[in-house]
Amino acid sequence: MTRISLKVDGASCSDDVEPRMLLVHYLRERLGKTGTVIGCDTSNCGACTVHLDGKSVKSCNVLAVQADGHEVTTIEGLAQDGELHPVQKAFHDCHALQCGFCTPGMIMQSVDLLNENANPSEEEIRLGLEGNLCRCTGYHNIVKAVQAAASEGAGASA
Amino acid sequence: MIPAQFEYVAPTTVEEALTALAEGGEDAKVLAGGQSLLPVLRMRLNVPSVVVDLGRIDSLRGVRDDGDAIVVGAMTTHSDVFHDPLVREHAAVLTEAIEQLADPQVRHRGTFGGALAHADPAGDLGAPVLALGATFTIAGQGGTRTVEADDFFEDLFTTAVQEGELLTEIRIPKYTGWGGHYEKFVRVAHQWPIVAVAAAVKVDGGTITEARVGLTNMGSTPLRARSVEQALAGQPATDEAVRAAAASAAEGTNPPSDLNGDADYRRHLATVLTRRAVLAAAGA
Ligand SMILES: Cc1cc2nc3c(=O)[nH]c(=O)nc-3n(C[C@H](O)[C@H](O)[C@H](O)COP(=O)(O)OP(=O)(O)OC[C@H]3O[C@@H](n4cnc5c(N)ncnc54)[C@H](O)[C@@H]3O)c2cc1C
Ligand code: FES
Ligand code: FES
Repeated sequence: MTRISLKVDGASCSDDVEPRMLLVHYLRERLGKTGTVIGCDTSNCGACTVHLDGKSVKSCNVLAVQADGHEVTTIEGLAQDGELHPVQKAFHDCHALQCGFCTPGMIMQSVDLLNENANPSEEEIRLGLEGNLCRCTGYHNIVKAVQAAASEGAGASA
Repeated sequence: MIPAQFEYVAPTTVEEALTALAEGGEDAKVLAGGQSLLPVLRMRLNVPSVVVDLGRIDSLRGVRDDGDAIVVGAMTTHSDVFHDPLVREHAAVLTEAIEQLADPQVRHRGTFGGALAHADPAGDLGAPVLALGATFTIAGQGGTRTVEADDFFEDLFTTAVQEGELLTEIRIPKYTGWGGHYEKFVRVAHQWPIVAVAAAVKVDGGTITEARVGLTNMGSTPLRARSVEQALAGQPATDEAVRAAAASAAEGTNPPSDLNGDADYRRHLATVLTRRAVLAAAGA
């Protein structure tokens, strides 16, 4: 067992974990943060995307011990004071989901994308989301949602 | 799936890491960004007893100016290399290659040294680094040594880095004022190339004075297309001249045949992508 201390969605946590434990399992099984989901076994789908020190990562491809001393934000930490994050709101308004399984990862990656580039073109949005797979929507409304969030200034506020 | 159990060590210096590797012997494994290693451990294709995480060794991170070269620390992430102004100015083809490597999440974790040490023949960094004639610094218990790019890649997933050693930094001569382009052929987004070509060219008054061309996935290691480089020198940067020079791109290669394409198809791709890469690098 290895002792880790980290911040998750603003709260400090300390736990003993097996070094082989994946960050996504730590978040879901230890902290109950089941908003972050697992969609594949190959680190391809991006459903498990969270932010590690403010940058998007696939939490199925990071060990919990590697996050020791760092800060993690999950989809559950995006809303502030009961107010949805502008990107969450845009996904809702633009109907950017069908089954919703890819949505937590899509939103976390969209926030990252807007942090890097507050005013992306359609092509830049598609490239920025290339590590996130959606089996339902055909991506159309997801791209629209990111455009809508960008025009609301989500990149600047995030 | 999760990896089998292992002991985890997170040293903060290269010396401590080398000691941990020596103690772990052949069952020890180095962990850099984990973007290739963790999938392997999760599928249990490798079952190390000790994992030595380089993530806390600050001295291995960053890009620095070293006179006539730039030096990239092995643990610098793809995303940090991509955003680095020195790399963009002096090794433009690398910036271009990284932009097309994997996806943003993987680029935030995966490292320059990790990708090169992994030496996947379809990896995107080998060809540009080989074309630019980089030098690799390798640390071991007996001290450090350097290996030239021509000798670094030995075979599929095999480099000059021996058991118990660490790749610490990669020195790349400056190609200031050269154009660079990485032309990658894929069928779907965020994938490994079926074939890709890295080109760096120096153009003077419409003439290509020097060219360096590297091929990805045309054999068990990245390859230099030396006959193309020689044919390009002194040629005008025009479609016709570059097309003629690129015709020999597949000479001496031994590309794989797989579901994405057979060897002949890859040989054809190599000539087409070489033409495109060189023309784009030349700004033509
Ligand atoms: C979904 C996905 C898509 C990808 N697509 C691409 C792509 O299109 N093109 C591409 O090129 N790559 C791609 N990759 C791989 C990516 O580039 C990895 O980052 C890279 O191959 C490994 O770097 P790493 O730092 O993660 O190394 P790790 O996975 O930590 O290590 C890889 C191997 O190198 C060894 N090693 C690492 N660092 C050192 C060192 N300093 N000294 C000695 N040995 C060392 C490790 O022991 C291990 O065997 C993809 C990965 C994923 C998950
Ligand atoms: S669950 Fe992490 S990428 Fe699919
Ligand atoms: S909405 Fe179903 S996978 Fe994207």
